[in-house]
Amino acid sequence: MPRLEEHCWSRSCASRVESKTFSGGNWVASRAEEMMSIVTTVLSNAYGSLHSVRAAHLIRRGLVLFTVGVVLALVLNLLQLQRNVTLFPEEVMATLFSSAWWIPPCCGTAAAVVGLLYPCIDSHLGEPHKFKREWASVMRCIAVFVGINHASAKLHFANNAQLSLTLAALSLGLWWMFDRSRSGFGLGIGTAFLATVITQLLVYNGVYQYTYPDFLYVRSWLPCIFFSGGVTVGNIGRQLAMGGVEKLHND
Amino acid sequence: MRVCINPHLSSLWFPRSLDAPRRLVLAHPRTAPPDGRQLTPPPRMTVRERLREKISAAFYRHGLLCASYPVPIILFTSASILACCYPLLRLPLPGTGPVEFTTRVRDYTVPSHEPQGDLGERPDWYRGPPVAYIQPVLVKAAVSPWDSTLVPVDVFRSPLGRVFSLLEEIRNHVHDDGSGVRSLEALCLQVTDLLPGLRRMQRVLPEHGCLLVSPGNYWQNQRELFDSDPDLLKTVHQHEPKGLHTSATLRDLLFGVPVKHTGVSLYSRKRVVTYTITMVLGSYDARFLSSLRARLRQLHPSVNCSLREDHMVHVHFKEEIGMAELIPLVTTYIILFAYIYFSTRKIDMVKSKWGLALAAVVTVLSSLLMSVGLCTLFGLTPTLNGGEIFPYLVVVIGLENVLVLTKSVVSTPVDLEVKLRIAQGLSNESWSIMKNMATELCIILIGYFTLVPAIQEFCLFAVVGLVSDFFLQMFFFTTVLSIDIRRMELADLNRRLPAEAGMPLPKPGPLRPREAPPPPRPSPHTITLQTPAFRNLRLPKRLRVVYFLARTRLAQRFIMVGTVIWIGILAYTDPAGLRTYLAAQVSEQSPLGEGGAGGLPPHLGVAPVFPGPGGDPADTLSVLPAPAEPTPLPENQSQGHHGAPGEGVPLVPQISWGAEDEEGWRRLSFRHWPSLFSYYNITLAKRYISILPVIPITLHLSPREAIETRHPQDTRHPPPPSLKTNDLPADLTLYKVAALGLAAGVLLVLLLFCLYRVLCSRNYGQNGVAHGRRRRGDLPCDDYGYSPPISEISPLLLCGHSMDIECLASDGMLLASCCLAGQIRVWDTQTGDCLTVIPKHGLRRSSSSGCWEQRDGWDAVGVAEPENLGGGTEPGGGVFDEDKGYPLRRRTTPRPALFENQPDLTPLIDTNFDSQPPSHLLLTPPRNGFDFGGLVEKAYLEHEPPSPGLTASYPSPLSGPPPQRRRSLGYIQPPAPQGQETPDWESAVWAMELRGNLIAAGRSNGKLELWDAVEGSLRCSNEDGVSGITALAFLNNRIVAARLDGSLDFFTVDINKPLGLLQYRGPPGRSNMPPSPCYSSEDVISCQLTRSVQCAHQKPITVLRAAAGRVVTGSQDHTVRVYRLEDSCCLFTLQGHSGGITAIYIDQTMVLASGGQDGAICLWDVLTGSRVSHVYGHRGDVTSLVCTTSCVISSGLDDLICIWDRSTGIKLYSIQQEVGCGASLGVISESLLVTGGQGCVSFWDLNFGDLLQTVYLGQSSDGQGVRQLVVLNNAAIVCDFGSELSLVYVPAVLEKLD
Repeated sequence: MPRLEEHCWSRSCASRVESKTFSGGNWVASRAEEMMSIVTTVLSNAYGSLHSVRAAHLIRRGLVLFTVGVVLALVLNLLQLQRNVTLFPEEVMATLFSSAWWIPPCCGTAAAVVGLLYPCIDSHLGEPHKFKREWASVMRCIAVFVGINHASAKLHFANNAQLSLTLAALSLGLWWMFDRSRSGFGLGIGTAFLATVITQLLVYNGVYQYTYPDFLYVRSWLPCIFFSGGVTVGNIGRQLAMGGVEKLHND
Repeated sequence: MRVCINPHLSSLWFPRSLDAPRRLVLAHPRTAPPDGRQLTPPPRMTVRERLREKISAAFYRHGLLCASYPVPIILFTSASILACCYPLLRLPLPGTGPVEFTTRVRDYTVPSHEPQGDLGERPDWYRGPPVAYIQPVLVKAAVSPWDSTLVPVDVFRSPLGRVFSLLEEIRNHVHDDGSGVRSLEALCLQVTDLLPGLRRMQRVLPEHGCLLVSPGNYWQNQRELFDSDPDLLKTVHQHEPKGLHTSATLRDLLFGVPVKHTGVSLYSRKRVVTYTITMVLGSYDARFLSSLRARLRQLHPSVNCSLREDHMVHVHFKEEIGMAELIPLVTTYIILFAYIYFSTRKIDMVKSKWGLALAAVVTVLSSLLMSVGLCTLFGLTPTLNGGEIFPYLVVVIGLENVLVLTKSVVSTPVDLEVKLRIAQGLSNESWSIMKNMATELCIILIGYFTLVPAIQEFCLFAVVGLVSDFFLQMFFFTTVLSIDIRRMELADLNRRLPAEAGMPLPKPGPLRPREAPPPPRPSPHTITLQTPAFRNLRLPKRLRVVYFLARTRLAQRFIMVGTVIWIGILAYTDPAGLRTYLAAQVSEQSPLGEGGAGGLPPHLGVAPVFPGPGGDPADTLSVLPAPAEPTPLPENQSQGHHGAPGEGVPLVPQISWGAEDEEGWRRLSFRHWPSLFSYYNITLAKRYISILPVIPITLHLSPREAIETRHPQDTRHPPPPSLKTNDLPADLTLYKVAALGLAAGVLLVLLLFCLYRVLCSRNYGQNGVAHGRRRRGDLPCDDYGYSPPISEISPLLLCGHSMDIECLASDGMLLASCCLAGQIRVWDTQTGDCLTVIPKHGLRRSSSSGCWEQRDGWDAVGVAEPENLGGGTEPGGGVFDEDKGYPLRRRTTPRPALFENQPDLTPLIDTNFDSQPPSHLLLTPPRNGFDFGGLVEKAYLEHEPPSPGLTASYPSPLSGPPPQRRRSLGYIQPPAPQGQETPDWESAVWAMELRGNLIAAGRSNGKLELWDAVEGSLRCSNEDGVSGITALAFLNNRIVAARLDGSLDFFTVDINKPLGLLQYRGPPGRSNMPPSPCYSSEDVISCQLTRSVQCAHQKPITVLRAAAGRVVTGSQDHTVRVYRLEDSCCLFTLQGHSGGITAIYIDQTMVLASGGQDGAICLWDVLTGSRVSHVYGHRGDVTSLVCTTSCVISSGLDDLICIWDRSTGIKLYSIQQEVGCGASLGVISESLLVTGGQGCVSFWDLNFGDLLQTVYLGQSSDGQGVRQLVVLNNAAIVCDFGSELSLVYVPAVLEKLD
């Protein structure tokens, strides 16, 4: 799932930019120009400061987040495989690297994007996230996230409403336990929404498949997973941004 | 509670004191209720507060109890853990072992697919036909009577040879009744193809047709091949896997009995060969099977066989854990371990970090076990997969409380008694612990109402686990903590004594009144090294690698991991049959296994080692491999034992049938059947097979037959040497492994020892320092084992001020200090003599200073006036002290400390308010009464204690309370109403600077005065500004003054004297500043305002620093501005902070660093105005900043001192200070840092983060925090110590540096 979610995230960013540029006549041109200049300055800045410490730090964070995303994608995908939700042939390892090879990288990319976005937004809003900023808490958060996935994959629910309600409660609990910031909540909701929409688009266009192509079923649990995934990755990203030299040990 | 803080001036200096009242109340629940100290006492305590107080009182008592009786409590806790875990004994071990179910053969029908409700005993997997029916034919054959002419090979050659005729018999058996003709071909399980990966087995296992397995398969079921085989054993062995055994080998499969029971060996003692012909049937036909059984019995009658043949056993195989499940599982466990690692890493300042971490983990784990045990006791059988939910349970329960407890206890004052420390620590955190627990319980209870059975079960476990975890925390962990802390104190005492005895005698200072050395106290610091790699900057690379290895104990860890893996492999491949044993035990203990035990009473206790159901228990205890025939003919057996082969061999090897032969397959590995079927790509996961009762066959062969079937080469084998090799081959692997392991271990130890001797110099171990892990009080020692010389440093107390020191200024030779009373004293920094006293005139004249008269009375009485003030708690605190009879450190009771340290401030405010209420009210907008809590809080955030080492840029709170000042910040008008009428000296000195002989003093009424430091005369004064001067900078002949209204004034000091005649003084050496001109007393000095920048900042200027021709101001408006000193031109406005600026550092080399309320530290390039780096280091404000050439040192409100690498912005390490005194620091040299603490100053080696020495400033270190600290040029430091100044020389450091 998270690979989908990552995919959506990366996509959503792109679409956001597009939507901004395509909304007016004259305004578009000026806007586009502005955009271009911003992009070029950003690029040149990035290029120029490639050797500087900050950039190296940023890249390192991005790499760590990417790794985390890829690992989480692989692991959680295996969990979902056990429920036969996603459609894959029998051979697991072969599957992971053949049919859906694009998913873990997408996942990692999106994890990097979201994980870098969270501290960035925090600093822009001017309210640094100070709630439970320590690695132990982050580990707890990841464990709870995996647990939510586990629950969604392993438990048998009476109906979809129960499943989605339970998962929603769990995700909200996750947010409240480990984040409690408005920006985190908003970003989580946003990623969940966009990710779900894009997943649905992918599924309807046949790029991706579920064994049960039931819209209701998919809708019931996907957003919750995306939401909690966003919060989790954001948590890691914030900790990385804060922790500086400390590296993530578990991956 | 926070709102009701007094508008207490001194609270400015105690950043933590907002929290203090709560702490006080919590820590001393028996004292009077805190109403008295509040300005506007609330009518009643709310329920919440009362609850809180009760809880903390209970925790306090509990802590006392725990620390007083540690051993009984730990015993009690262990007993209760064991009691709660007792029901777990009945649970089957978790695992994927097979489950059994027994039915009777007689009325057996293939179970239907539909579940039937009425069959209560029937397990739910027992549905539909099994994968296969297994019909074993157990053959026991012996050559009898045994002849002394026979060779060892004869023991098994002819018995094995009989398998071919038996096979023939079985294959050709046809049952014909009325319904039709049935043969084995029709019934057996037809297999098609071996798995492609098993080409090796191709010749051995049947590839097509019936799955019929027997030892004959070794020879392709052809008698000719068997007869022409020169070495049967070699044939059998050549298919065995090399190395360690896996659990189901080909030999097991073909023989159908465990290897050591086959008797196919040259050293067989009993000379009975046992093997099984295993028929795998696809469908069940009772009549065919019974006819086959009858036929075989008729052919080979078993005389004394009494095997029961009426039960068939169905064995269900659970799902094997595959890759797909293992990976998520492993991931969750990795996350769990990371969580535990990161959590326990935070345990600090204890004697044994690892011991406490272990205790924490034990607490959590045993609470989980208790939870499962209790749930089982009350009838809930766990259905969830324990291994899967276990990490989540741990994560939900969490280690947080344990850490919070540790931290709280550790942060109590160290000189208290242990049990009081424990009690205080517990009660400090009681409220938050209870709150957290209540929240978690609520969340879990909500989860219980999701009505999903699995979640409900999880929640149930979690709730019970939480409660038992709380219990264990309170009893087990607290007690362990108390023991640990007690140990730490003992260890500290033991270590400290010889260290001091070995110290060189201190140099007698010329004028220094030598203080008696203070009693040894553990230093109040912890230091956390961020990256150990930075610690050995000085070492050569080669040594660095070696030390890295030594420090991280890589070798040990590798060995440990290797050992664990090795043991794991051993256990997995189980050469000793451990797995079989466990699996058998599981099946024994599981309720289903009882059925398989053939109606025996269920035995719950000790399971037999090689469990034959109903077997003789005496067998199971024997160390020897279980003999094939247990009891029937003991005399024969004993003959077999004692007789040498030549003489007393039993002539007739007895073939007997015991109960364990009924289900001989039980002795096989539980992987036996799955691996057999898996060769044909049939999985048994989640399916079952039915094992039919054994058909026993007894074969007696005559010696003649044996001799006839001999192969010519058989006689070459030597006769069995003697008995001593009797059962060696079976266990040889184990012995080999053990011997190898021992040898490897010894070798490794030797190797490590050699390494140690080679790599470590002799004195490496003699310094008694554990490298890489320093505890408090360790002697400083770098990685070479070099300890810098330590000599006693005795501080020199400069007494004279009557009140607390307010401002400090120094130019290296002279030191000027100003106290709250307004008195300025000038000291000689070399000798400590007081040179000049500039008194505050007219002390008793005006109403606003009337407080001084009161103050005298205060000193006499020593307690606060209770009325109208928050002084009520102070008597309370005092009473408590006396009650308790132990020294109460002021840090935990900061509230009384506030009052006692600075008793002068309170009446000040009071008199101000009382005497001039109208003017006050005019100035402040109508607020209700005296509620200054919010203001004080704001003042907290805005105001930091002044940075050490530089001018005290802080306004004295003398003339008006800071709230008042802060209120007026928005206005242009100065706040001091008394300035209108009273003489100018009435106003307080808010800022002071000293250059040359001149003291520049900025007053609250905006006046700038220049005093002669030596003569004590007023040389000049400037009254151009009206707004109070909050900060001053004096550089060369210019003075910059920052005013309250945000404006910046530049003054020039003119001397009517040619510049060439100016004398310069002061040592030119290390000083950052250029030598100042020395003004002689006859010069006329004038001070002129050259430029006034009206709106330098939007908000008040908080910091002002000048160096290298630049003036830097930091303000509340989040910006830093850089001005040029000569033309007062604003060069840059530096933006980048997201909070007000609280600290700025600039020096001659144009290094500019700024710290803000957001906890960020920025480094700027002053030449270009660009930001060099930006790091977040503190939670809360940065209180002071100092840079050296290689690093940046910052301290923050969080009492943390962080050392950063200046070029990369990476945090090197951090030092955790005591609560409330992390503000002052100074750098003496490139590598020597000094920090102020609670009545002491500490010296640190900057490069390594080593605590070099802690110097206690006075006898009674009661709560006098060092707030200001100035580093003088001659490697001395001056710090304030209440109303005294303390001058500390650092001779040892000087020697080391030079």
